[in-house]
Amino acid sequence: MSTARKNLSSFAATLFGSRSRVIYLISVPFTLFAIFLLWEGITRYTAVPEFILPSPGSVWNRFISSIEDGSLPKHTITTFTEVLGGLVLGIFVAANLGYVLAKSETAERVLAPYIVASQSIPVVAIAPLLIIWFGSGQISKILISALIVFFPVLVNTIVAVRSVPEDLRDLMRSLRATSIQIFTKLELPAAMPVLLGGLKIGATLSVIGAVVGEFVAADEGLGFLINLSRGMYDTAMVFVTVFTLVAMALSLYTIVALVELKVLAWRKDPSES
Amino acid sequence: MYKLLSQMNIYPKMTDISEILIASDISKSFPNGNGGLSVLEDVSFSLDSQEFLCIVGPSGCGKTTLLKILAGLMIPSEGDVIFEGERVIRPRRRIGFVFQEANLMPWRTVEDNISLPLELQGQNGSEVHTKTTDLIELVGLSSFEKTYPRDLSGGMAQRVAIARALIHDPDLLLLDEPFGALDALTRERMATELMRIWGAQKVTVVMVTHSISEAILLADRILVLSPRPGKVTLDLPISLTRPRDLSMAHTKEFGKLASRIRAAIANEE
Ligand SMILES: Nc1ncnc2c1ncn2[C@@H]1O[C@H](COP(=O)(O)OP(=O)(O)OP(=O)(O)O)[C@@H](O)[C@H]1O
Ligand SMILES: [Mg+2]
Repeated sequence: MSTARKNLSSFAATLFGSRSRVIYLISVPFTLFAIFLLWEGITRYTAVPEFILPSPGSVWNRFISSIEDGSLPKHTITTFTEVLGGLVLGIFVAANLGYVLAKSETAERVLAPYIVASQSIPVVAIAPLLIIWFGSGQISKILISALIVFFPVLVNTIVAVRSVPEDLRDLMRSLRATSIQIFTKLELPAAMPVLLGGLKIGATLSVIGAVVGEFVAADEGLGFLINLSRGMYDTAMVFVTVFTLVAMALSLYTIVALVELKVLAWRKDPSES
Repeated sequence: MYKLLSQMNIYPKMTDISEILIASDISKSFPNGNGGLSVLEDVSFSLDSQEFLCIVGPSGCGKTTLLKILAGLMIPSEGDVIFEGERVIRPRRRIGFVFQEANLMPWRTVEDNISLPLELQGQNGSEVHTKTTDLIELVGLSSFEKTYPRDLSGGMAQRVAIARALIHDPDLLLLDEPFGALDALTRERMATELMRIWGAQKVTVVMVTHSISEAILLADRILVLSPRPGKVTLDLPISLTRPRDLSMAHTKEFGKLASRIRAAIANEE
């Protein structure tokens, strides 16, 4: 196998798990093409009106025009900053709190009930509250996005820190490692696989969080744009916005997956070589 | 000498220069539901510098616990460990520990695993590199410097662990069944290799093993522990001439030693 192809397929393996990578390489372009054909067929040979199902061609035209009039880039940037803000904030708080909880059983016993209970409240339900408290600007969306990212990263951090082998801790102690060294040279690298797993989930969730916030109240962002276009029966624009959101979530996921590929090179799949 | 001293219940202030390690009346129990699980009971022995001590005993009798106490990783419930004239209450730099499993960091290559102890002491640069390369050669892993642990065999991983324990020139090397997970052939080869390393490094060794013949082949002295709670039931000097090799296993002397150890273990069971 050439290096380029090997890289590509191991990248696909990181994205979708190792077994399915061959299937993935063949099936994704194929199924995508099939869906487009079907879509084109329906719009061309049935009487479905444009405002119910626009044709691929008109979605494409709407995409170009929304770039030209600057509306799509503007709303995309708004949502993207909210997503990034939520992601950074959510990961930062969750990873730190998770570390403390993993290290201290007392802290876990005191806080765990609240953390679990907080997860039974759907984010959609607290979104209006956050908007009442923090206004309909970007801050409330960042908070909603952070909130939805928080839990999976928290849980994964706790699992990751707890799963550091006791013998490796003893090794570090026997070598008189400082607590900073234990953190940087043992806990962090040992926790990396689980941590990155949490980040992958968090990356896609952060997009959902920001859009939920924008649905509730906003005058900017892709969530707002979907609402606006729907109201004007501009269904092609709804499609454009949904595709943009998918692209955003996929890119974030891909970035984490690429980092994973680099950072976890030592864990490379045995079935590969 | 230590027996007399511990009977009088005093320890020498200035230890005999040749005595590197003294364990006196070590007991250890772990808290559990019914009054505590006693794992070690009054274990005493002392160790001369550059001596090779093997500890044998049935599974679960507290061998790992004893080694961890010697290393300062665990505090005994009673008794003291004196290492180089000082009481051991926490891990010491002059001690190297090889764990029951190789215990390598999977995200570090062979050379980075081996140089870890120096890295933690803040050393780096060409000196560390030379030392690492020398040790890799000593344990016979040249050309595997950049390999990750997942691509190593059990025997290779254990050799990396031994090299890692040696890199900061410890005075005392503690080995917890280092060859436990290996097949018989690899085991014999590793034992021979350890003998060579011990000869080259002038280090004092305490090694836990399940294999009686391995212990006789390697040790200057063998301690036999009873089933839990572990007590010393036999403290046997091995005066076979060195250099030793596997062919000695068929001599009369070797056989006699082996049956004495076997008897000591059997009497207790
Ligand atoms: N941290 C601990 N807490 C409670 N019990 C422990 C702890 N460490 C060891 N034990 C118990 O002490 C006993 C002796 O354990 P140890 O690991 O020292 O035995 P061992 O002689 O090394 O056994 P093996 O030959 O199987 O490695 C076991 O019954 C074990 O369950
Ligand atoms: Mg053990």
